[in-house]
Amino acid sequence: MNNIIKKFIPQILAILFVVLIFGFLTLNAQTNMDNRGIDFGFGFLSQESSFDVQFSLIEYSGSDSYARAFLVGLLNTLLVSFISIIICTILGVIIGVARLSSNYLIKNSAAWYVEFFRNIPLLLQIFFWYYAALRALPMPEKANAWFGVTYMTVKGYYIPAMVWQNLNVFLYCGLAAIISIILLKNYANKLRDTQGKQIPVLLYSVALLIVLPLLSFLFGGVSLEFEIPELKKLSKISYIYEGGISLPPELIALVLALSLYTSTFVAECVRAGIEGVTKGQKEAAASVGLTPNQVLKLVIMPQALRIIIPPTTNQYLNLTKNSSLAAAIAYPDLVLVFAGTALMQTGKAIEIVSITMLTYLTISLTIAAIMNWYNKKIEIKEK
Amino acid sequence: MFKIIKQLTSVVAMFAVLFAFSTETMAAKKSKTLENTKKRGFVRCGVSQGLPGFSNADESGNWTGIDVDVCRAVAAATLGDATKVKFTPLSAKERFTALTSGEIDILSRNTTWTLSRDADIGLTFVGVNFYDGQGFMVRKGSGISSTGEFKNGTSVCTNLGTTTELNMRDFFDSKGISYEPVVFEKADEVVAAYDAGRCDTYTTDKSGLAAQRTKLSAPDDHVVLPETISKEPLGPVVRQGDSVWEDIVRWSLNTMIEAEEYGINSSNADMMKTSNNPAIKRLVGAEGELGAAFGLDNDWNLRIIKQVGNYGESYKRNIADTGILPDRGPNELWTKGGILYVPPAR
Repeated sequence: MNNIIKKFIPQILAILFVVLIFGFLTLNAQTNMDNRGIDFGFGFLSQESSFDVQFSLIEYSGSDSYARAFLVGLLNTLLVSFISIIICTILGVIIGVARLSSNYLIKNSAAWYVEFFRNIPLLLQIFFWYYAALRALPMPEKANAWFGVTYMTVKGYYIPAMVWQNLNVFLYCGLAAIISIILLKNYANKLRDTQGKQIPVLLYSVALLIVLPLLSFLFGGVSLEFEIPELKKLSKISYIYEGGISLPPELIALVLALSLYTSTFVAECVRAGIEGVTKGQKEAAASVGLTPNQVLKLVIMPQALRIIIPPTTNQYLNLTKNSSLAAAIAYPDLVLVFAGTALMQTGKAIEIVSITMLTYLTISLTIAAIMNWYNKKIEIKEK
Repeated sequence: MFKIIKQLTSVVAMFAVLFAFSTETMAAKKSKTLENTKKRGFVRCGVSQGLPGFSNADESGNWTGIDVDVCRAVAAATLGDATKVKFTPLSAKERFTALTSGEIDILSRNTTWTLSRDADIGLTFVGVNFYDGQGFMVRKGSGISSTGEFKNGTSVCTNLGTTTELNMRDFFDSKGISYEPVVFEKADEVVAAYDAGRCDTYTTDKSGLAAQRTKLSAPDDHVVLPETISKEPLGPVVRQGDSVWEDIVRWSLNTMIEAEEYGINSSNADMMKTSNNPAIKRLVGAEGELGAAFGLDNDWNLRIIKQVGNYGESYKRNIADTGILPDRGPNELWTKGGILYVPPAR
């Protein structure tokens, strides 16, 4: 009995303390807001926002609601985080492996890269890419075509837009290809486990991915045309490209800064993961006759991944939260659009800041949940 | 027993009401802010963090500008010395809190007079010392001479969280032009982005455009378009609740404007004492008892004109001669085709 009291009393007190503090803060905020005649409420979300946003993944104009402006900001945040996470992962793996290379030049270049990009504050890097690097780009009328049809200019990167006919047929074919690859992989695993036979799964998968969608073009009535950006005159000296898709320089600068910065941390996670697999594993694998490629793929990487995933998850979360620095260079993310313009126009500080905080919390928890699921999947399974 | 308590409370309440009224009437005759200012020996004035022509400090910390001159006029009127002002540079976000919390006594910081600001947050606007409006700046070489020539796809640089963002949308929507808003948090970032060619045009208050233009790498290559798309009356603000102080600030500004109207300036003010025109004599303290209403002496307005000058002098010194806005536009006297019009001092 005495033990139970000892065990629970501090916990109950702690909970009480937290509740009291939150209660006090809420009450205090409420009285102060009452004194100043400020109403608390989320009714503003359905009001007309009456401001425009530079770049949006969904249809949006000033006559839409604040709720839709929130969605525009959220999608822009997710877009920049998603692209940056993919790029920083690819770069991070390459650099991390390069740091372990026996080639002096490769090894040291990778080390320099890591030390350089991770030791300069991220905000400075964002400013560098936006104000220094991208500003050196040509004006639209002077831009040379990259790959014949894309134009990198100071006003953004203009790429052709795809115009699809019967896109859904194409997507079904793609889906069919992916499903058959999964089935094939399962079959191959089974074959390997029971009969010890190896099938070149990768080769077949690539073939499936190419052939099935190709068939949809031939027989499914699918067609694809490209709308190529064309130069348009705005005034005597000012031009833009019309048609196609325009990626704003703010997005490009932000993706560059975020992915280069975070890739250094991912690289260190990868290096630590690979170095964490004992040397004996590699030697044992080699001695049973596996090729160096197989050693890396079948023995080292599966074990290294278990060490790499948890700290890399942290880096993904950091990247997503760091994307809020977008406001400094006018990229319309959640913070700029919602916690910036919308907040200043409505004056609903408490409501908007809490919505924004909850949103970031939800994004972070979702990323963590996905990575935890992946981590569970690859961890050692006791049989 | 219960009855007695009830009676007692009603007596106390009556006294409370009486006391409240008596302090009210006291405040009407005397200004607490004026008293404190005299005791302190200087006027506390909130200004911008550096907007050429309006409020800007040089390397040695001397403040100049037409917003600064309003505070100097109040110092000349109340303390007899226009230099006795302590300037507090404030950001757009801090300005109203600094005034309502009593950190400053006048906010003279190119602040737009709007209904919600006047009625909502415990402030009182005393007048307008600059009639402004939102405009557009473009490159001269573009050949654009009016806002009607903007085409679909024009990119526009501006500041975050101001009325500018809303005016801009109203303007382009009404014209049916699609545009790309590029919105920055700080004014310097907007200037840098526009300068680098990121945007075809830069929009904010016209006075702001004229002042920021001087920060561009080649100011002469840029021009502000003639159209104005919004009303932005800028003026000094005081705290609500001290109506005498409010009157002092209002009439200090009005004195500067009316002095120009009657041709009184810093060099001829003393001679004007012998003028035949009673209106002029009132403005230099040679007739009437105008200062007594505020609890000031009779030379209060003469000191403003002698030490700070009339509105025209202030405008010329700070805005015209510095090349920001040589043309006075709406900020010309009503007698000369502008809209500067103040009630008579009598």
